[in-house]
Amino acid sequence: MTPLLQVENIAKFYGPRIGCTDVTFDLYPGEVMGIVGESGSGKSTLLNCLAGHLPPDRGAVKFDTRTDGLRDTVTMSEPERRMLGRTDWAFVHQHARDGLRMNVSAGGNVGERLMAVGARHYGDIRSTATDWLGRVEIDADRIDDRPTAFSGGMQQRLQIARNLVTGPRLVFMDEPTGGLDVSVQARLLDLLRGLVREMGLSAIIVTHDLAVVRLLADRLMVMKSGHVVENGLTDQVLDDPQHAYTQLLVSSVLQV
Amino acid sequence: MTDYNFAYLDEQTKRMIRRAILKGLAVPGYQVPFASREMPMPYGWGTGGVQVSAAVLTPDDTFKVIDQGADDTTNAVSIRRFFEKTAGVAVTEKTAKASVIQTRHRIPETDLTEDQILVYQVPIPEPLRFLEPSEVETRKMHALEEYGLMHVKLYEDISQHGAIATAYAYPVKVEGRYVMDPSPIPKFDNPKLNMAGIQLFGAGREQRIYAVPPYTQVVSLDFEDHPFEASKADHACDLCGSTTSYLDELIVDDEGGRMFMCSDTDFCAARREDAA
Repeated sequence: MTPLLQVENIAKFYGPRIGCTDVTFDLYPGEVMGIVGESGSGKSTLLNCLAGHLPPDRGAVKFDTRTDGLRDTVTMSEPERRMLGRTDWAFVHQHARDGLRMNVSAGGNVGERLMAVGARHYGDIRSTATDWLGRVEIDADRIDDRPTAFSGGMQQRLQIARNLVTGPRLVFMDEPTGGLDVSVQARLLDLLRGLVREMGLSAIIVTHDLAVVRLLADRLMVMKSGHVVENGLTDQVLDDPQHAYTQLLVSSVLQV
Repeated sequence: MTDYNFAYLDEQTKRMIRRAILKGLAVPGYQVPFASREMPMPYGWGTGGVQVSAAVLTPDDTFKVIDQGADDTTNAVSIRRFFEKTAGVAVTEKTAKASVIQTRHRIPETDLTEDQILVYQVPIPEPLRFLEPSEVETRKMHALEEYGLMHVKLYEDISQHGAIATAYAYPVKVEGRYVMDPSPIPKFDNPKLNMAGIQLFGAGREQRIYAVPPYTQVVSLDFEDHPFEASKADHACDLCGSTTSYLDELIVDDEGGRMFMCSDTDFCAARREDAA
């Protein structure tokens, strides 16, 4: 089986400081990879490099495109990369307002990606948007409301619907549950897990919340100071942490 | 005529504007940046259109200015006088007799011919502006032909009003490539953008010039199930009786009395003369 995403020696520096360095991994179709680490460990930098938002200084990010097989997205032309960004890739921001158009209705937000890839039939766009709002548990009668009228949890679910509507194969998530209270987090995680399994999505989830990766991720990568210090199956890493930092991280989780 | 250089602007500036116009004509619908000059009138009064007119006028030209279709409004009168004074060109109110027509918010009812130039005054040249505030991003979207966002605006119209409610500055696609703001003309005029004359668009404050060459394909954006419709008031002109021209609605008393009349004053007057 060919990997969906092949990351080779990615490195990003901010002047003399290390953003992230020597990151290498393969992601297979249907697999969910978690990246955990403390603030400033380089996990968001890594995610932005992978998603094409930041140009990495070294390394390659090869994606298994539908037409040409493995292509290096770092060196491919910008139009191609942006095309990937609105078809096969999706990016869920930590703050929903970064990923949504706040002055456009919920239906318009979901429909934008469809229209960006050429949908020009209002009725079809509308019914797909309604369907997706239902799948992320937003009432159909809220379709013409703006996201500003939504709660934080609803905005986050709307952002997810907007991203998944074009049926992407790879989803990048940057702290998708950050800033939500625990009961809303739990529902969102449940929803995400359902969607990921149902659509057979591959995902890379950056978080500092170990509960999130325990629930969603198949594999786990632990980062510290820009380096990957440990990786392996989620349960294995969390139950039997080898690196000192991972041990600290796992033991820092509050037990209720 | 020694007080001003011909048509107010100096020759170097006119050359610069002509270069921008030629580039605009070569890439229909593409917004060409140009070094807009201070003009002796406020921004929003047609500084872009005036600079384009100044650059294309020759001493043999006959000049006409319309504002919302009318030849006798303040804006039209003052721009016409401006070029009478600074260029000494002949002026006219007859569409057919003019070789250069500067317009604000309308296309004349009379079809233009191959030897005529129509100059538009444009307030905001970027059709994507109200959806995407970043100029860096909108330029990239134009360059990469990412125009899905334009349809989001039309989608919002339909979801809120049941139909595409955008009535003016209705976005068009030029020659299958660039999405363009046709300046705030009523969408009734959009089909007339496919014309024999040269169309030049000048935005003074925003420092952009764009153009549509003669016989260029200009398509109004729409949805398959909500096609574009060139709408006008469902009425005939109360002065000349025309049922095909674009109408202004005029409130004539405070008891609900109103009348409809052609917004193109020259067209209306000519029809009344013919009838008399």
